[in-house]
Amino acid sequence: MGTLTPQDISFVQTFENPVMSEFIDGAAGSVLVLGIIIVTVLLTYYRGWKTLWFDWLTSVDHKKVGIMYIVVSFVMLARAIIEGVLMRYQQSIAVNDPGVLTPDHFGQLFSTHGSIMIFFMAMPFITGMINYVMPQQLGARDVSFPLLNAISLWLTAAGAALVMISLVVGKFSTGGWTAYPPYTGIEFSPGEGVDYWIWSISLTSIGSTLTGVNFATTIYKNRAPGMTLFRMPLFCWTSLCTSVLMIFAMAPLTIATLMLALDRYAGFHFFTNDLGGNMMNYANLFWLFGHPEVYILILPAFGVFSEVISTFSGKTIYGYKSLVVATMSIAVLSFTVWLHHFFTMGQGANVNAIFGIATMLIGVPTGVKVYDWLLTMVRGRIRLTTAMLFSIMFLITFVIGGLTGVILANPPVDFAVHNSLFLVAHFHNMVIPGVLFGMIAGYQFWFPKAFGFRLSERWGKASFWCWSIGFYLTFMPLYALGLMGAMRRTVEWFRPEYLGWLQVAFIGALLLFSGFIFLCVQLVSSVRHRDQRRVPAGDPWDGRSLEWSNSAPPPEYNFAVIPKVSGQDAFTRLKEQGQAYVSPATYEDIVVPKNSMVAPVIGVGAIGLGFALVWHIWWLVAVSFVIIWSAVIARSFVTETERVIPASTVRADHEAWLAQVRECATTPREQEDTSTNVGRAEVLA
Amino acid sequence: MKRQPVLHPGLNLGSADEYSHAQSEPVIFGFWVFLMADLVLFAILFATYASMSVQGQAGGPSPTDVFDLPSAFIETMLLLSSSITFGMASLALKYKADRLHLVFWLVLTFCLGAGFIAMEVRDFWIMTQQGAVPQRSGFLSAFYMLVATHGIHVTAGLCWMIVMLVQLWLLGRTTEVKLRLMRLALFWHMLDIVWVCIFTFVYLFGVAL
Repeated sequence: MGTLTPQDISFVQTFENPVMSEFIDGAAGSVLVLGIIIVTVLLTYYRGWKTLWFDWLTSVDHKKVGIMYIVVSFVMLARAIIEGVLMRYQQSIAVNDPGVLTPDHFGQLFSTHGSIMIFFMAMPFITGMINYVMPQQLGARDVSFPLLNAISLWLTAAGAALVMISLVVGKFSTGGWTAYPPYTGIEFSPGEGVDYWIWSISLTSIGSTLTGVNFATTIYKNRAPGMTLFRMPLFCWTSLCTSVLMIFAMAPLTIATLMLALDRYAGFHFFTNDLGGNMMNYANLFWLFGHPEVYILILPAFGVFSEVISTFSGKTIYGYKSLVVATMSIAVLSFTVWLHHFFTMGQGANVNAIFGIATMLIGVPTGVKVYDWLLTMVRGRIRLTTAMLFSIMFLITFVIGGLTGVILANPPVDFAVHNSLFLVAHFHNMVIPGVLFGMIAGYQFWFPKAFGFRLSERWGKASFWCWSIGFYLTFMPLYALGLMGAMRRTVEWFRPEYLGWLQVAFIGALLLFSGFIFLCVQLVSSVRHRDQRRVPAGDPWDGRSLEWSNSAPPPEYNFAVIPKVSGQDAFTRLKEQGQAYVSPATYEDIVVPKNSMVAPVIGVGAIGLGFALVWHIWWLVAVSFVIIWSAVIARSFVTETERVIPASTVRADHEAWLAQVRECATTPREQEDTSTNVGRAEVLA
Repeated sequence: MKRQPVLHPGLNLGSADEYSHAQSEPVIFGFWVFLMADLVLFAILFATYASMSVQGQAGGPSPTDVFDLPSAFIETMLLLSSSITFGMASLALKYKADRLHLVFWLVLTFCLGAGFIAMEVRDFWIMTQQGAVPQRSGFLSAFYMLVATHGIHVTAGLCWMIVMLVQLWLLGRTTEVKLRLMRLALFWHMLDIVWVCIFTFVYLFGVAL
């Protein structure tokens, strides 16, 4: 089939060449295959296939789509974090020693680690979080285009699946997550690796563009009556900015990957060394996407911190309008700084100076935000829950990362530490607290809303300490190493003075991994003891925005009656005015979209398309292409795409829930983490 | 007379079909947003072409050697006329209760679009016969990428038109069909604007410089 041979299966390679590096590769592949087998057996044993298909995979409900995004993200996080630990291990033993990994295998590891963390961990995590929360905060029943939402999910999942397939079939790229040509051109990387990177990234970039269109339309057109833009919770504002960035910034990536593909497959000369190609065009296109991408990831986390800090301080957010303006400024400025990723390109001092200054400018709105969050906490009744701890640790750590960013924004300094471990330390210092801590905080915060029970605070805090201490132990040494001259992506060292720093970093990486393990333990433990942790009334944290005003988990239509909004912190207002949990006067029929198998069909077609392109199996390319577009066209002939939930059903369900809420005892904030918290908050008027 | 509120930029159905008009708000708005993302894609291709058209010739053919300006002019006329005929189709969608006018204008638009594609393919064929293949230089790579991406968009628009003709025949003038035709119209006009830019910046500038 195409260029695919039995020798490309990783187990065959391990068998034929049983060295440690191949062994690790084979083991990783085995874990993947074993995982798939276990899931298949469990689903069959518990007869879960029907539920999986009808309740989840074909669902277009934004809440389920959101949860599926986050599941994808967790699975990919597990792989990428193990890869990170493995690389730290390799480097910590590879001082005047080849270590356990071959350079080629090491190259694959840093390429998959970066690509997964950005495209298949962080992106699905923020997209899932926005999907779950944003429509409920707006008082909407769904996003504007529910099916498109599911299609975006499946395109992203197809990209993730391709990266996973590369673990077993063939090799992944060794060109890093940025895949700079000419190294990734056909001349220097003739194998299938770069093609895996190209097609997985292309699929997810198309998915993200469609997501951006969908979210922006939802926020502009789908808000509840009275929910003006300046009454929206800040998470919605940051979602809006992220969506706008997705709309504008994904196209350069799509184009860059397609051009690279044309260079590789058809002998074009976009980025080649000869015949008029220009590899610096790639760097420009990639970072024209890549820098806004940083803010695509970080802004939703800023939104989460705003919600978490305000809720757990028991105060309305400080400086709401300044936060909105700061978010918008960051979104605009993010398009003016891409060149700082390659100050060393040779474009002259003036150009570098302009981009350096623009880069430092972004520090200003970010600083405004930090002060707003701090001032929100001042004189608040602060509760140090897991979500809040992650938010506070974010504030401290992110500021350090921001300062090193301002240092790097100086072109002369950048020339000295360009591509060193100093840079690696800097961007991990931004995205771990800025994105991952934010998403974990959001996960702790909204989990009870999504599943109807609280997560264990004890395990959550254990995880928090591992993540925090682990972060400092892993990445502070990398700053020092970078200043000592250690370059990134190095498989073997020849300077004995690096050894101690690298060993500390490895211990830190183990702690980070324990942080992840504790998150898993927390999930399992909380599921097992869910009956003492249930919050059916839906408001476990004395929440302030509309998503807390419905049951936990919410009905598929979110709101029995679309709420009317009269100001900021809509739900807090209702509670203070005694208007929460009041029976509505009338109920109406609710129209919800029917499930559709179009999205999974497109997803499977996309996996087939990507795989076939990687391995040059042209008949499968044609078949997959036809499958994808037939599904789209066939869908447009379906006229019955919605079903009606009658008003009587809505009334029965909603009144039953209201009766249950009225019987619930109210919980004072001190008892938030006890079984008395059933999701009805005590209101202090 | 009561003025209909304009809920979205684009073809206004308000006076003829208020129900569809109200339904169209998020759909048309969302499509505008999508078109914006698509235009960014073309902007990137134009930027790439600008950086490679002169710098990337690598001793190969220059724009003056390979561009057939009369042919590009005929293509421009075909595409511009197709925008007019689609405009007529939009008016028929709003004001004529029958399907015949609408179908007539759509078929005419399709023929003009297909003529454009046929001319473009012919141009490409002649260029490759002269040795001006995309593998020859960065300039030609960027040229084919930009112009063919537009061509693929037009082809997608033609396929979409066929689907819409079938739907008009099978489903009639339902709200969904109307909304799809409104989006197709926006798509078609956008491609026209992109072509005007291609004709100006690629063909006219290329031959003038």
